[in-house]
Amino acid sequence: MEKFDKHHGVVMPLDRHNVDTDAIIPKQFLKSIKRSGFGHNLFDEWRYHDHGEPGMDPGSREKNLDFVLNHPRYQDATILLGRHNFGCGSSREHAVWALMDHGFRVVIAPSFADIFFNNALKNGLLPIVLDEDDIDQLFTAVLETPGYRIRVDLPAQQISLPNRHTIHFDIDPFHKDCQIRGLDDIDLTLQHAAEIRSFEEKRRLTAPWLFNNQN
Amino acid sequence: MSSKTLYDKLWDSHLVRQDEAGTALIYIDRHLIHEVTSPQAFEGLRLAGRKPWRTDSILAVPDHNVPTTDRSLGIADPISRLQVETLDQNCAELGITEFLMNDPRQGIVHVIGPEQGATLPGMTVVCGDSHTSTHGAFGALAFGIGTSDVEHVLATQCLILKKSKNLEIRVDGQLAAGVSAKDVVLAIIGRIGTAGGTGSAIEFTGTTLRAMSMEGRMTVCNMAIEAGARAGMVAVDDTTINYLGGRPYAPKGELLDRAIESWRALHSDPDARFARSVTLDAGLVLPQVTWGTSPEMVSAINEVVPDPDDEADSVKRDGMRRALDYMDLKPGTAITDIHPDHVFIGSCTNARIEDLRAAAAAIRGRKVAAGIKQALVVPGSGLVKRQAETEGLDKLFKDAGFEWREPGCSMCLAMNADRLAPGDRCASTSNRNFEGRQGQGGRTHLVSPAMAAAAAVTGHFTDICQEQG
Ligand code: SF4
Repeated sequence: MEKFDKHHGVVMPLDRHNVDTDAIIPKQFLKSIKRSGFGHNLFDEWRYHDHGEPGMDPGSREKNLDFVLNHPRYQDATILLGRHNFGCGSSREHAVWALMDHGFRVVIAPSFADIFFNNALKNGLLPIVLDEDDIDQLFTAVLETPGYRIRVDLPAQQISLPNRHTIHFDIDPFHKDCQIRGLDDIDLTLQHAAEIRSFEEKRRLTAPWLFNNQN
Repeated sequence: MSSKTLYDKLWDSHLVRQDEAGTALIYIDRHLIHEVTSPQAFEGLRLAGRKPWRTDSILAVPDHNVPTTDRSLGIADPISRLQVETLDQNCAELGITEFLMNDPRQGIVHVIGPEQGATLPGMTVVCGDSHTSTHGAFGALAFGIGTSDVEHVLATQCLILKKSKNLEIRVDGQLAAGVSAKDVVLAIIGRIGTAGGTGSAIEFTGTTLRAMSMEGRMTVCNMAIEAGARAGMVAVDDTTINYLGGRPYAPKGELLDRAIESWRALHSDPDARFARSVTLDAGLVLPQVTWGTSPEMVSAINEVVPDPDDEADSVKRDGMRRALDYMDLKPGTAITDIHPDHVFIGSCTNARIEDLRAAAAAIRGRKVAAGIKQALVVPGSGLVKRQAETEGLDKLFKDAGFEWREPGCSMCLAMNADRLAPGDRCASTSNRNFEGRQGQGGRTHLVSPAMAAAAAVTGHFTDICQEQG
């Protein structure tokens, strides 16, 4: 997993509730058996006017210039500012892979769907939950200020704004540590392999039907 | 000992360890796998030189990409084919049980798990698919995971989790004739919103749930995720136990007796506390139809499309405007004046035998209306299909003008060839009406199987309660 420590970047506003993972990466791109290469199809149906299929050359497609991702001022954006229930719907981790492949490292929203939130943390895309008021102020600032950049400091759990204000954010200590050190959580879990095995053996005795896979 | 909810009991009985901050390692009993969210997990496993922890906990099936028409020629789309072949290869190599595309037991992963008895009460069930919540209908803790977690479960048989909050959704009373489990769950989502259950595990309780069949309970739990909750569940009772008897993967004989004894404890204690409870009067629920691009954008059949101008929250108002624009609907339009041109009866929400029976009954000898370009019935599994054919339902559908297909996800997400064209309007028994879900530019109205069938034969949404009354 990619490490996350501090990040300074341009903010792109996406002013919609319930941005679902079908919108983040449409189903036709889920046929890939790889983890990379989804960036050009991030928000495909909002971003292009034509219908996208895997393997199409993005340069030859007709862009929807009204969509925020295509606005020149957000070309270098690495921080996505969203609204309620960001990442709802399908469990597809491809949504996180697409956001990261495009260059996003942080998503800030008042609330996230649980599976998306978890998937983001597994890949080093930092999901930050802020109060509605802070989110509203960030939207206002981003829209008013071209090139609006903020600094995200994970160890300090702090966002620094250009006007020198800071916003504190919460993160679970386990996830914080994993992000900063870029830990592989399978390795972490396997450190407890003996405990898992003994749990499993007990379960085999108390609920043997769960281990009886014959049909 | 303090009183526990069903979720507390399931959590505690799978807790391998927990640190001071509450991060837990939870043991997984059943791992369901399909072709779309697993290839990268298998690849990750291989790259790290790891082996699956317990292959006998896994059941795999291709469902998202499979064609629903003649399968003798295989899958035409080469990328879809590669994905299904990759699943076949991974399973063959690692000794994982897979129902191949041409196996009569093949079907949608959330239909075949319960059908095979591979989903049992008291289990933890995971799958790289958000509608894994379906399996909670059996008093199991079941939830969707991303691909990294698929790999994690493959490698360790566990997941790293934090406990969710307990949310009770209590539905009491009797449903009117023509009102189904689908209407109940859409009404719930309309009430609490698509983020209403975020961070929570929902237990559906109340007399309405107790009276529901397993099929109905699965429909309700299936859409818990559309209410924002990763897991939805229903306590075990005789209905649960009777459903499981004789299923291939379910225990038998003396083992079954022992299992039943332990399953009987899978309910919330009478004085268990929920962080929050929401109640719904089943007697007030009418057939539901979504009008927007989120399952919470839903109205009863006797209502009209709402007016965004009446919405106080500006972001919500913009969202409604965008949805109505996408759906090409005007505020104030009667729901019964909406005319779909496609009908899709299928998906892990509503493609079980009871759903097909309800749809067939609503046809009542009529034919698909002139304005309908396509009406599809896609059974949830090969066994559902066979059962329906034994009952003559296939003939009923075909005589009415429906297409009778092979099992799979089909037009629920349109990853195979079954999809809407831009501007098409579909009455669908699936679970998501997101933009583009059933095909780019396609417009989806979520309804129950009986409502979809009635729309097919009348050409517009119809109040089936009135019809039946
Ligand atoms: S039927 Fe639809 S919702 Fe269910 S698993 Fe398939 S694609 Fe997902």
